[in-house]
Amino acid sequence: MTAEPDTGVAAYTYGVARPFDPARIADLRGVDGAAVRLVRHEAVVAVVSALPSADVDDAALRARLEDLSQLEAVARAHHAVVDTVAASSVTVPFRLATIHRGEARVAEILRRGYPEFDAALERFEGQVELGVKVYARREDLVPAAASPLAAASSGRDYLRRRRAQADLQDRWWQRAVDTAQRVDTELGELVADRRHHRPQDPQLSGEDGENVLNAAYLVHGGRVAPFVERVAELDAEIPGVSVVVTGPWPPYSFAALEDDAATERDEGPTR
Amino acid sequence: MSNVGLAPPAHTNELSAHRQVALVDLLDRLLADGVVVVGELTLAIADVDLVHISLHAVITSAAQMSRTGHQPEIGEISGRSS
Repeated sequence: MTAEPDTGVAAYTYGVARPFDPARIADLRGVDGAAVRLVRHEAVVAVVSALPSADVDDAALRARLEDLSQLEAVARAHHAVVDTVAASSVTVPFRLATIHRGEARVAEILRRGYPEFDAALERFEGQVELGVKVYARREDLVPAAASPLAAASSGRDYLRRRRAQADLQDRWWQRAVDTAQRVDTELGELVADRRHHRPQDPQLSGEDGENVLNAAYLVHGGRVAPFVERVAELDAEIPGVSVVVTGPWPPYSFAALEDDAATERDEGPTR
Repeated sequence: MSNVGLAPPAHTNELSAHRQVALVDLLDRLLADGVVVVGELTLAIADVDLVHISLHAVITSAAQMSRTGHQPEIGEISGRSS
């Protein structure tokens, strides 16, 4: 809205991309409905929008992200921008809520980190992320325990049944874990890279069953269809589990790896 | 037929552009991942992780409230955490 966003207005950065036609984002709105802008340095653009400076201190930001509805609004706005940009140009997403004191600072970051951004963009060229989650339903993986504990006729009987149930629980969990590994191994052979997220609480996913694999795979755009087909086959082949695919996503789950690798390189040789 | 790879069978129907993604899937990615560029006003990584964890608790309890009757038994949870 203002002509000079550097004065007193912070910049929220969604990620970096190869330069593309700005007309593609002319109508795009980011966090808090702000217009999306590009800050360019050589063959990399940072995708940013202005953020009112009232929001811009650590306490205010943290408070905002701890409020679920506000967090959701920021996350969805972040994703809408990254997803739209990624449809136009190879994109390296930044972590949620990366905020600087203005576009001039973003330009400086771009200059300083240019080789890393350039390399990451190179790496993601033509790749998308697909999410795969495996849900295991206990009753489908092992036969149901026959007698309810309440029907136990004595204390010893109760303990015996309790133990039998615990064994069943172990067997079920082992089979679920084995299944998750099988899926991960088979799908891993089709892709350039993979990453595991922590399993989701069944209450969150709304799925019927325990989430035993919550993985992300970096897949070449041309191999998305066979990958999805393989997921459908695994879903049909393996009894007692459902295998669900999400995406394609921008390569969120892989964007941190370059950074981690750099850290490891710094600290590695001393071990 | 080849390009219809993205027009998927029923159980993969999230594979279409601009459909609203599940918040939990999104937050898995946005809070745990992404290039970390340390700015003056970026949350510290530890803070983000804390937000992530407390958030999971918040969503869980919200989901439980809206889906009463589906809470797992204590025994179901304790057997598998390690």
